[in-house]
Amino acid sequence: MLAKILNYINTSEKRINIISLFLAIVTGLLFGLVIMIIVSPRDSFPAFLTILTGGFRDIGRVLEIATPLIFTGLSVGFAFKTGLFNIGAPGQLMIGAISAIYIGVRVTFLPAPIHWIVAVLCAGLAGALWGAIPGILKAYRNVNEVVATIMMNYISLYFVSYAVEYQLYDLKNARSLTVAKSAQLPYLGLDKIFTPNTVNFGFILAIIAIVIIYIILEKTTFGFELKAVGFNQHSSKYAGVNDKKGIIMAMLISGLLSGLAGAAIYLTDSFGRHLETTEILIAEGFNGIPVALIGFSNPIGIFFSAIFIGFIELGGFYMQRYDLAPEIIDIIIASIIYFSALLILFRGIIIRLLKHNRFKHKKREEEDG
Amino acid sequence: MEYIIEMLNITKVFPGVIANEKVTLQLRKGEIHALLGENGAGKSTLMSILFGMYQPDEGIIKVKGNEVVINDPNHANALGIGMVHQHFKLVHNFTVTENIILGKEDNKLGFLKTKAAIHKIQSLSDKYKLKVAPNALISEISVGMQQRVEILKMLYRDSEILIFDEPTAVLTPQEISELMSIMKQLSKEGKSIILITHKLNEIKKVADRCTILRKGKLVSTVNVNETASEKMAEMMVGRKVVFGVVKQPAKIGDPVLKVENLSMASNNSEKMLINKVSFSVNRGEIVCIAGIEGNGQTELVHLITGLIPHKQGKITLNNKDITNYSIREKTLSGIGHIPEDRHKHGLVLDYNLAYNLILQTYFTARFQKRGLLKFKNIYQFARDLITQYDIRSGQGPYTIVRSMSGGNQQKTIVAREIIREPDLLIAVQPTRGLDVGAIEYIHQQIIKHRDEGKAVLLVSLELDEVMNLSDRILVIYEGEIVADLDPKSTNENELGLYMAGSKRGEVGAS
Ligand SMILES: Nc1ncnc2c1ncn2[C@@H]1O[C@H](COP(=O)(O)OP(=O)(O)OP(=O)(O)O)[C@@H](O)[C@H]1O
Ligand SMILES: [Mg+2]
Repeated sequence: MLAKILNYINTSEKRINIISLFLAIVTGLLFGLVIMIIVSPRDSFPAFLTILTGGFRDIGRVLEIATPLIFTGLSVGFAFKTGLFNIGAPGQLMIGAISAIYIGVRVTFLPAPIHWIVAVLCAGLAGALWGAIPGILKAYRNVNEVVATIMMNYISLYFVSYAVEYQLYDLKNARSLTVAKSAQLPYLGLDKIFTPNTVNFGFILAIIAIVIIYIILEKTTFGFELKAVGFNQHSSKYAGVNDKKGIIMAMLISGLLSGLAGAAIYLTDSFGRHLETTEILIAEGFNGIPVALIGFSNPIGIFFSAIFIGFIELGGFYMQRYDLAPEIIDIIIASIIYFSALLILFRGIIIRLLKHNRFKHKKREEEDG
Repeated sequence: MEYIIEMLNITKVFPGVIANEKVTLQLRKGEIHALLGENGAGKSTLMSILFGMYQPDEGIIKVKGNEVVINDPNHANALGIGMVHQHFKLVHNFTVTENIILGKEDNKLGFLKTKAAIHKIQSLSDKYKLKVAPNALISEISVGMQQRVEILKMLYRDSEILIFDEPTAVLTPQEISELMSIMKQLSKEGKSIILITHKLNEIKKVADRCTILRKGKLVSTVNVNETASEKMAEMMVGRKVVFGVVKQPAKIGDPVLKVENLSMASNNSEKMLINKVSFSVNRGEIVCIAGIEGNGQTELVHLITGLIPHKQGKITLNNKDITNYSIREKTLSGIGHIPEDRHKHGLVLDYNLAYNLILQTYFTARFQKRGLLKFKNIYQFARDLITQYDIRSGQGPYTIVRSMSGGNQQKTIVAREIIREPDLLIAVQPTRGLDVGAIEYIHQQIIKHRDEGKAVLLVSLELDEVMNLSDRILVIYEGEIVADLDPKSTNENELGLYMAGSKRGEVGAS
């Protein structure tokens, strides 16, 4: 059986990728199941079923959860395609978020459509700036972008805590103030299709971002340059590409995408999410990494992997009605996500199995004749 | 047990190409066995199979008479097989010693036994006269020394079967003859050697037998001393090959490139890498910079092309001062550059063939409109060049360049640079790693370029190429031009003396 499957896989790169992804996701799910069985044997199977099917109950919620993940996934994936590892998505997201909230709360003289548009633009700009700084450091001082973006995460974390506490504090709820109605992202009729108060313009913007990033990477001279710098900085220099500019632009765009994630999450009414002063980096930022990995850094792949994670997270939300501590649910969800991102490992295993299979094949042929 | 290695009826298929088709190669103990074939004939693939990097689709491998399946390079090492790859596989920010012991780190309680390792490396390098600097970083040593590191790596693992994939392509003539005698010594000690090379004189010099491949198929295995070079070349290409170069006398025109007082100091010492170099290259002539590797050729070319930022001196192209132009501006004002290191500078290995062919022209009106790439034109252009230059690959313009054979990668660069019709073509080792047929073709192209009234600056370590191709020879020694010679009135011996610095000539500012 296994031999048959392996024979089918053959050695085609794409097929290996897809099958390893599938195996990784299945393993992630099984791992989650094992944890559930250990923690709560009685509820484990129904709870597991909830994870698998819960997402279908509210597609609107799934898309809402997926929206910022699409942005951060694109952010990480885009940087990755250009040879950079942007760990700074959480920081860029938070800087984007605080800028959007500031505009939403303080710049209230703007009329409705202009107000939220300006808020979104400022979020993108702030994220872009935040991403460009490590880019500049890398281009001109050869500072490793992984280190620089991690540092930038902490700077933005404390800056945001300060800004919320001293500038935008909502005393009653101990969180950031809610943005003005005119700054909230409009629903554009999407609330008539999906559950009200879920999908809004943020999702549309995410789709637009996917299309634009795809075009940049695959169809433009700009993408040609960026990818060339990512693959081989020396030969791009030889070809006359301005490699420094390439690195900075790549980080800038990557930061811009994460900044938009901040706008998508926080430009919402008083029932939506708000920034708090507790010192944690926003999870959607880091989750951009598994989203990009599962989507093979491909914009369209990232769309589906963000939806997948939104689906699993919502399933986890519905799991709360079983006798499981919320932390356990978080652990289960996190294991599923991170296991799924281990597909590289599975790729290696499949390739190894393929070789081994061929070996056994040969042995058998010998014995036969 | 007659054969130490037998590869029987090996077939290996890659997408779009049969790299090996029922190839048989049998290696006797203690022999030097040459493997000859055109670019893309499947030599590296066959050896990679023996070294466990690929699994054959068909066929069997026997080591000392026992059939084996070689799973990976570690397994090959365990079977006593070692390999020096066409493109070295060294870790650049590791030292020489670390690279040699990498993968076979002897340790005690988890601590490296570095002393013992250094001792062993030292005695091996003494014994075979493989001079290396054990503590130098790979990124800082010459290509020749990198290769000696690769050889030591095999010897350190006590390999009995040594595979050399085009070892001489990157070496100077001196280094080549040293390598040849090392190989002879190794074979005398009972090691068996497979040598891939495109140079028939090397095969004549050291090999006992030679296996010839053509387009993935076995042509024949011959005894070297019974077979003439011409015969071997013919068997490999499938037609008669013209050795030597036919060219008309040069019709020299106006100067294209003028270099005045170019200087560059070394980063970490007072030494001048380039010292007040002045020369010019005119329309319709091929000027060759000859010299022993490491005398400033690389730096000189990088200064002219802009890869190294300019410090002192003046560079003029067609009477325009281009000294402070960016690389892009220099390219656009008419410089073509076939770089010395094809993997580092010449190619984006993970791009496909078509993309690599437009590496410096992707932004021109022909290939883009308002920032969007014109794929139809790009792929049509690629297909044309592929036919014109006979670039062989599995999937045509869509082939990822990393999977192409070394010689075909080189042809890609040459095609790209010549087709732009630059006023000044700077060609550094343009035929490195090419088979005799392809060399013939590239030489013709360079001469045609000259005859169209363009200037060519050639940098070559190969004296044959220098003597045959150039109209004027400038000898470089320790960063200075020490002679300006006419190839018709000099000979290899005299050239050798200048190159070694034991003779100095008149350098006319022509
Ligand atoms: N990993 C790979 N994937 C796909 N095709 C490959 C791969 N490796 C080699 N090929 C193809 O197989 C053929 C043989 O390549 P190989 O490298 O063995 O040639 P070669 O005889 O070593 O040539 P050269 O003298 O130019 O080094 C080529 O057409 C090449 O494009
Ligand atoms: Mg080869």
